[in-house]
Amino acid sequence: MVPLAHILALSAILFGLGAAGFIVRRNIITIFMCIELMLNAVNLAFIGFSRYLGNLDGQVFVFFVIVVAAAEAAVGLAVIIAVYRNRGSLSIDDLDSMKL
Amino acid sequence: MAPLFYILAALAILAALSVVLQRTPAYSALSLIVVLCSLAVVYLLLGAEFLAVVQVIIYAGAIMVLFVLVIMLLNARQETPTDRSRLARWLGAPLLVVFLGEIFFAVWQRFPPETIPAAPVLVGGPRAVGELLFRNYVLPFELTSILILVAVLGAVVLAKKEV
Repeated sequence: MVPLAHILALSAILFGLGAAGFIVRRNIITIFMCIELMLNAVNLAFIGFSRYLGNLDGQVFVFFVIVVAAAEAAVGLAVIIAVYRNRGSLSIDDLDSMKL
Repeated sequence: MAPLFYILAALAILAALSVVLQRTPAYSALSLIVVLCSLAVVYLLLGAEFLAVVQVIIYAGAIMVLFVLVIMLLNARQETPTDRSRLARWLGAPLLVVFLGEIFFAVWQRFPPETIPAAPVLVGGPRAVGELLFRNYVLPFELTSILILVAVLGAVVLAKKEV
């Protein structure tokens, strides 16, 4: 049986990689994929706790997270398409018109 | 069962590294599919059968197809490196190490690997999860349908020709 600590460690590593990619990458689509990576890391922690506490509520939470991620992907990608149509670029360095 | 978990964990971490380090978005998307599928098998090992299947169908299927479609549609090429985020380059790696160390310390303090006994296996099949969903979580479940409706309408409006 895998110890709970190792599951949480895997979750933390995936979340850290997602957060690092979110900051380092310049392409808006890749940044979006890093957000999905972080969501999945949190899902893994939920399922690990659900397994160890003998409680299925965590799995219902993961179900809701997946549903919200699907809605977020649809809206987010539509926003990316609109941005690309208006700016002609996918680099976030070109999206600084609201910078002071 | 335990060796399989560590193999899948290594695969997921390598693929996640590839998601972050690839310069071409299409390669990142393919690596992300590998992460999602290996996590689905991990879910299966942890007794979350329903969610493993949902992960493959919705995440690796629907969401990633949407990503690949947008990458293709917008013709996303290699990103050009810029040196604007100099702070992120110098502070990023140390901060990541500190963050991970902090989490590992807290986890090992609170849940030491050898002392937590696992609860008896509770298989989260469609029936068990569905009963819980429709008995205790009916209202959130119905609200997600409104959320999805609004999201689809919003996506159509945003992606229309004139914004």
